[in-house]
Amino acid sequence: MTEATTMTTASAATATAAATAPLLDARAVTKRFGGLVAVRSIDFDIPLGSIVSLIGPNGAGKTTFFNVIAGVYELSDGEISFNGEVVVARPRRTWAEPIFWFLIPTILLVLAIGALLVGIVPIGEGLILATLAAVIPALLVALTRPRWYVAMLARFGIFRSSRPNEMVSLGIGRTFQNIRLFANMSALENVMVGMHSRMHATPADAALRLGRHRREEEAAVKDARKWIRYVGMAGYENEAARNLPYGHQRRLEVARALASQPKLLLLDEPTAGMNPVETREMTELIARVRKDLGVTILLIEHDMKVVMGVSDRVTVLDHGEKIAEGSPDEVRANPRVIEAYLGRGAASA
Amino acid sequence: MSAAVKPVKGSGAGGARDLFGLRTWFGHHQSLSILVIVCIIAMVLPVVSVLPPFNGFGTQKDWVAGFAQAGVFVLLALGLNVVVGFAGLLDLGYAAFFAIGAYTFAYAASGFTGLDIPFWPMLLVGAITAAIFGVLLGAPTLRLRGDYLAIVTLGFGEIVPVVFLNADKYTNGTNGITGISQPSLHGLFGIYGFGFTNPWPYYVTILAIITVVVMLLYRLQDSRLGRAWVALREDELAAASMGINTVTTKLLAFSIGASTAGLAGVFYASKLGSVTPDQFQFQVSFTALAMVVLGGMGNIWGVAAGALIIYELQSQGLKQLDAFVKALHLPALALGPINIDIGAINFLNLQYLLYGLALVLMMLLRPEGLFPSRRRRRELHEEPAVDELTSPDPTGERE
Repeated sequence: MTEATTMTTASAATATAAATAPLLDARAVTKRFGGLVAVRSIDFDIPLGSIVSLIGPNGAGKTTFFNVIAGVYELSDGEISFNGEVVVARPRRTWAEPIFWFLIPTILLVLAIGALLVGIVPIGEGLILATLAAVIPALLVALTRPRWYVAMLARFGIFRSSRPNEMVSLGIGRTFQNIRLFANMSALENVMVGMHSRMHATPADAALRLGRHRREEEAAVKDARKWIRYVGMAGYENEAARNLPYGHQRRLEVARALASQPKLLLLDEPTAGMNPVETREMTELIARVRKDLGVTILLIEHDMKVVMGVSDRVTVLDHGEKIAEGSPDEVRANPRVIEAYLGRGAASA
Repeated sequence: MSAAVKPVKGSGAGGARDLFGLRTWFGHHQSLSILVIVCIIAMVLPVVSVLPPFNGFGTQKDWVAGFAQAGVFVLLALGLNVVVGFAGLLDLGYAAFFAIGAYTFAYAASGFTGLDIPFWPMLLVGAITAAIFGVLLGAPTLRLRGDYLAIVTLGFGEIVPVVFLNADKYTNGTNGITGISQPSLHGLFGIYGFGFTNPWPYYVTILAIITVVVMLLYRLQDSRLGRAWVALREDELAAASMGINTVTTKLLAFSIGASTAGLAGVFYASKLGSVTPDQFQFQVSFTALAMVVLGGMGNIWGVAAGALIIYELQSQGLKQLDAFVKALHLPALALGPINIDIGAINFLNLQYLLYGLALVLMMLLRPEGLFPSRRRRRELHEEPAVDELTSPDPTGERE
């Protein structure tokens, strides 16, 4: 794979430099849905450059944990840091956030009312217009949450977990348990959407057809083709995702996630519903992604052959709690794991 | 990007034939080809209007005036297509932005405020004003989808005309604002104010605006933003998980759609010389939406054609149908207590009945619209699975 080596991300370089530091570090992670505790106080870390698997019976909380990392859910307790930066934690002091939105408009409004009461009507009316005008930028900043705004909030101790799209910018890519491709877009377009966070041309650049936009698009098409070839789907670039065979759809999801140049790739049951040949190919792909690109991988999987084949470490969840952790062989021999899967008594039998 | 992505779209599926290399040429010179196409349409329409049977329906001048008016609706349909067709956000209050554009120009160039700012810069100001209100509407609806979104936008569409109606002091209420200036070229090409009698300058102006809008929309459609819109429409969670900021993307759809309506509003106010709140009722939103749906959601040329067709059907088609039926002198049928007198029906009043009928038929027979986008067609008519097609497989990896 010659193109694979050229696409090697920055994480590959750092992999050798700091092999021991965990890329993702979850501390006492708890997620409650109403009264149900889906994930209970889990400590979990993913070493840089490793493949870590998360297994457990149905309803063990694997996908919930996964979604917490991907920024889909707010956390009930605990915190997750990625690359040394806290990205998910329980929201803190969010009540204070509106102060920033309404500070300037409120001052203007008070002045306006004052002016109207005193009887300087034109100035009062002008200030009311200014109030309305001030609301709009405040609203835009609050909604789109640019980086400087989040940093400013952090200085005042206000914290909100990163959104899914911010997670992608940080370097976390994911696939879905039930395939969620953009069904009516072509394979190539799907992968190009995956590149969204690594592209920088603004709508204005596109509208004016600036060179910056054109060069970026050309490079994106080329890269997207490379990724499609990388997952072994050359020739399917222009096929609508919905028309692809099942195994190809799964691989296209991986290509789409890789296109965002993740440091950490979250794979949610990548071989679900596959036949043995497709499963083997997917397993090889996963191993290849780590080897060629230096991408760290978190894998949720039911197929034990896959898990035991590629994982450096396996973590077992049951009823939202971590019951075992270790190398594939250790986990396989662990009585609590056997009990969770096969029931009490099976371990001693 | 025309050079980069066009081969993907054009040559891809294998079904598209490249007639004399035209398709490739259009792909590489997109904006130029849009200009050429609009110029051809601009020349063909007035010619068609002097050919039978159309010359029997009105003078060429009437037709051209009608086309200029139709152009306003083409713009509305193009803008609404961004919100509904590209981003998949159902907007039932689109006329509000049209009204905002129109009133912006009314304030800037009428006796009501005493200002007289020229038409051309106000096009931009009207578009920006409408875009700001687009963001204001978009902001509270970000978490809503489908029916809920439709209801909120419907509310917004009702609020705006009501505000213009009741804020008497600022809008002159029911009477609206009159005496709005016409566009002027200040002597360029010997043209001063456009006036009310000659429809040709308006016709050329609206076509120029449409050309620019279509060029910009095509560019946006083929950009990172255009892909983000489609991704958002297809699957919001997946889009967010691929790094798309759903908030920004939705707000951009709302504001770009609204700005197009703002352009239409400025032109409309200037052409008519007056604005009143009742010009921006729900019917306008509905008509624009019907144009988008019937024309073919997501396809820029499709919705433009849909708008022109629907506008002409409702302004000329119904009138001629009415005249035609009256000319037949059908005898009134008396079936017991029921009197059926087709000759007495005023077809112009049946506009919305016929709309409804057309929409129902369309949804049953051709849900993707008259001129669907490739994607929309794919969505509504499942193609055979790949395995059944003889598709190239150079890797030979499939089992």
